[in-house]
Amino acid sequence: MTVSKWTAADVARKVIDNKQLFILDVRNADAFADWKIEGHQFDYVNIPYFELLDGVEDILPQIPIDKDVLVVCAKEGSSIMIANMLAEEGREVGYLAGGMKSWSTYIEPIKVGDLANGGELYQFVRLGKGCLSYMVISEGEAAVIDAVRFTEVFTNFAAEKNVTIKHVFDTHLHADHISGGRHIAEATGATYYLPSKDAEEVVFDYTALEDGLMVQIGASKIDVGALYSPGHTIGSTSFIVDGRYLLTGDILFIDSIGRPDLAGLAEDWVGDLRETLYSRYRELAEDLIVLPAHFMIIDELNADGTVAKRLGDLFADNHGLNIEDEATFRSMVTDHLPPQPNAYQEIRQVNMGKITPDNDEQTEMEIGPNRCAVR
Amino acid sequence: MNSNNVVDAKGLACPMPIVRTKKAINAIATGEVLEVHVTDKGAAVDFPAWANAGGHEILEQTDEDGVLKIFIKKA
Repeated sequence: MTVSKWTAADVARKVIDNKQLFILDVRNADAFADWKIEGHQFDYVNIPYFELLDGVEDILPQIPIDKDVLVVCAKEGSSIMIANMLAEEGREVGYLAGGMKSWSTYIEPIKVGDLANGGELYQFVRLGKGCLSYMVISEGEAAVIDAVRFTEVFTNFAAEKNVTIKHVFDTHLHADHISGGRHIAEATGATYYLPSKDAEEVVFDYTALEDGLMVQIGASKIDVGALYSPGHTIGSTSFIVDGRYLLTGDILFIDSIGRPDLAGLAEDWVGDLRETLYSRYRELAEDLIVLPAHFMIIDELNADGTVAKRLGDLFADNHGLNIEDEATFRSMVTDHLPPQPNAYQEIRQVNMGKITPDNDEQTEMEIGPNRCAVR
Repeated sequence: MNSNNVVDAKGLACPMPIVRTKKAINAIATGEVLEVHVTDKGAAVDFPAWANAGGHEILEQTDEDGVLKIFIKKA
């Protein structure tokens, strides 16, 4: 049997198309427990590669023969070795090229919907990390929101669509991933906006993103309007696009809400978070479609791979929007928080421009899930 | 710390550091100590997990300028 090489894009197809896949994850148990490839219909066995050096005969009964089998490790070396050993035993298996490192960086652009006068809205789904970025396109112009660090994904997409990126926004100073916003703006001549309340320590020039700012994309006036919505950070700002979509950043997710502690000020910001979720957002139209900057679990993906849901449905279904008692809410978002994202303090430093790690170091910092929410 | 043998796995990517270490540990006697030098970042967590699975004891693990030095006592 020969071993097939899978790319992260191949795996993404399995996730989005809701297909079955059996994953033999050969990383150590802690790494697997912390973070793995999630799919609606994926099954897993975790056996570290170093327990298989004497042979894979013992685990053959655990490996199905009636579905695709993919061997995964951190980079790819161990998965190639184990996949070859399985192939020698007559099994047909694949390995993930680049391992979890490549999975962490892979991005799939998916169209969310059409806007007025031929405009389009795209969501860039980073499946491995749970990051969501956006591009609004209209009449030859584009705006990018919450871009991740792979700037060429956005500039290439804009070129493909024959549009010029004019505006680049970050809804807040990110702590879980490195922003590509500033670099996209530098490469395209676009304006880079960051909420000034999050930007007190940044060491580069930016345009202040203030409440009520309105920019138009294309001649036919697709509006991108800023709505100050603090709580995850003190500067966190949402956007209303074309009067139909609400980009919530890290304040409100599909099945969870933002955590207020990643800049070290949970106690100070919990009141802001409460007011944004229970007052400011309540005043908005319930038919707005919420588009967050993250997903946490694969169940938050829609059938087409997008992460989007009507605001009114979130008011009904999202646990974090239905805690009547303020003290209970305060306790939930400050006392029982999950671990922080990997290297979150260093990532904030990078996003402030204070440190400039090389590409490998950036990849290493971003390993693991985003962990920006509380449920 | 004294060791009975040294595995130089510097510059090698996973899984080779552990593959070489396993061969070397097979060649020493119970209670003897193997010293491993490795630069692959995953080694810091993989070596303790591997040693634990085989019952070997990690006596010392130090990081000197990016070179991880691990002393393993064979079970």
